[in-house]
Amino acid sequence: MRFLLIEDNAQLGKAIVDRLSLDGHVVDHADSLSAAWDHCAITDYDLILLDIMLPDGDGRTFLAEHRNLENGTPIIVLTARSEVSDRVGVLDLGADDYVVKPFDFSEFEARCRAVLRRRGGAARNLIKRGDLTFDSLAGTLHIGSVEVQLRTRELRLFEIFIGAPGQIFSKPKLVDRLFSFDEEVTENAIEVYVARLRKHLANSNATITTVRGMGYKLEFT
Amino acid sequence: MNSQPSVHGSIQRRLVVLLLIGAAVLAVLLYFVVQSIARQIAQESQDNILSASAISILDSASVQNGEITIDLPYAAFSMLGTVADERIYYSISMGEDFLSGYEDLPGPPGSRGSDNVFYSTHFRGEDVRIASTRRIVSIGPVSQVLEVSVAQTLDGQRETLSRISRIALAVGASFFLLTALFATIVARSTTKPLHRLAESVARRGPKDLRPVAAPVPSEMAPLVSSLNSFMDRLQNSLVQSEEFIAEAAHRVRTPLAVVRTRAEITLRRVEKAENRAAVREMIRAIDESSRSAGQMLDHAMVTFRADHLVKEPVDLAAIVKDTVERLQPLSELRDVDLRVAGLEPAEIQGDPILIQNALRNLLDNAIKYSKTDGWAEVSLVRDAGRAVVIVKDNGPGFPPDPAKRLVGRYSRGENVTGTVGSGLGLTIVDEVARAHNGALHYGNSEEGGACVKLSFPFS
Repeated sequence: MRFLLIEDNAQLGKAIVDRLSLDGHVVDHADSLSAAWDHCAITDYDLILLDIMLPDGDGRTFLAEHRNLENGTPIIVLTARSEVSDRVGVLDLGADDYVVKPFDFSEFEARCRAVLRRRGGAARNLIKRGDLTFDSLAGTLHIGSVEVQLRTRELRLFEIFIGAPGQIFSKPKLVDRLFSFDEEVTENAIEVYVARLRKHLANSNATITTVRGMGYKLEFT
Repeated sequence: MNSQPSVHGSIQRRLVVLLLIGAAVLAVLLYFVVQSIARQIAQESQDNILSASAISILDSASVQNGEITIDLPYAAFSMLGTVADERIYYSISMGEDFLSGYEDLPGPPGSRGSDNVFYSTHFRGEDVRIASTRRIVSIGPVSQVLEVSVAQTLDGQRETLSRISRIALAVGASFFLLTALFATIVARSTTKPLHRLAESVARRGPKDLRPVAAPVPSEMAPLVSSLNSFMDRLQNSLVQSEEFIAEAAHRVRTPLAVVRTRAEITLRRVEKAENRAAVREMIRAIDESSRSAGQMLDHAMVTFRADHLVKEPVDLAAIVKDTVERLQPLSELRDVDLRVAGLEPAEIQGDPILIQNALRNLLDNAIKYSKTDGWAEVSLVRDAGRAVVIVKDNGPGFPPDPAKRLVGRYSRGENVTGTVGSGLGLTIVDEVARAHNGALHYGNSEEGGACVKLSFPFS
């Protein structure tokens, strides 16, 4: 996905850009409202991440002005204020959602997906490999023309594999990406999900193979 | 915190004591004044009669053939008898010659200044009052001084005086008693506005810092105005400290976000198991602190709004739907199936922000404590004049032991130590329910998961 991050704190801006890049997202960083408008004029973004306190104005004025644009990009507000009234306020001003700093990136991605789904997301999220068609936004997987019913975590696991076929993912890395940090999970849980995914993929030409002592990888035959 | 004030004296008692002292002094004064006036009047009237008696004797003296003749008039003594039944003495002398009566009746002390003199003296073992008068009488060529003295014992006058004293004493005493009663009433009614003020301040809720508006007597105006300004300052400092806490939490959140994001990035690169565990620990600690800060601020907000509850019509079904939608990404992330089992339309009176906050906490708990691959279910039913939101999950449920305890601040179930939580969630929900005259019930459903019911009355 292509993000525009509007955040005046340089350290946090850089950290978010780095973090999102790890998952293959493209992020442009604007540190002021005027820079943000410049970016918006040139590039089409899937999502805008907006901080509220900015050096040249309040993020809420950006929200209000942006709402008047036709087919405006969805906006998720990054707020440092956790008060309910502030949260409700930005939603009323037209934000699609908000996250309170510091935030969990897997939760953040889940929110991005939900927002894009609500707004009727772009078709470029479709991934085709072999006889598989995967829509990460809608959360659907087709083998040929047959839709496979996957639970959310199975989908997220599959998304990791199909994003980099042939790459080996270790169990701990998969735990990091699949579970939020406040859950106590063992690596056995990954084995359970891999087993389920294998079952779902039995009729396709994709298989998840175990690399002893290393992890798992997705292969196409 | 309920410190006793150091009590010194009492206005009411002081007022009563001062009034009583005043009354006592006045009563004693009254007694003596009445007594002395009575004595004076009694003496004057006795003197007048004695003098009239002496003059009538003097008047009856006539000179015939160069001889002085005195015919003691009956009235001269009968008029004295009207005062009291007591002894009367008289003496009549001319020049140096004693004519009639009691020769040893003492004359006026010192030199007499005028024709009529009055004096008290001792005669024959008794106190007497004497009126003495004189006139120049001419017998032939010689002028002689004819002097008449009439004396009366003082027993009668004393008796009258003592009767008057008794009456004066009774009047003084009853004056004192009446004043005492009056003083008590006055003291009570004077301190009444003070008591009323104290009561009205004591009746206030713990967060009610509005100025005192009830009318007070002008003497109490300075007290009330300083009380009001004190409460105003207190209110200001409370607001300031709340703002300060919010601001502090806000300031901390951005650097925390930097740390957390960097930690996530680091985790991707770290291979060694113990290093990974350390970084995970770090992230969990950050989550815990930010969550606690958020919950504490929420709790402060809930307490504040609950104390100043502003009611408006709230579409409960819409709020439930909205909250579920907001939490959908979170449930998705945990692979928990968050579903709505049925929403009956229900409109109640309340604060939508508070209700939303309560629902968010309930659903957040349900998602958090649900099993992996589990579900959480919310429904809204109408039951006996109440709108009831029911939230169920298939997690471990509440610990069977003292379930009641979880409503207390910072208390958490013993079976959830592996999950991040602040222990304020149910406290907040409970406070919201109470503010709306609603109730929070929680227990475990038959399947074993938690089942929480949050009910609100319709009116």
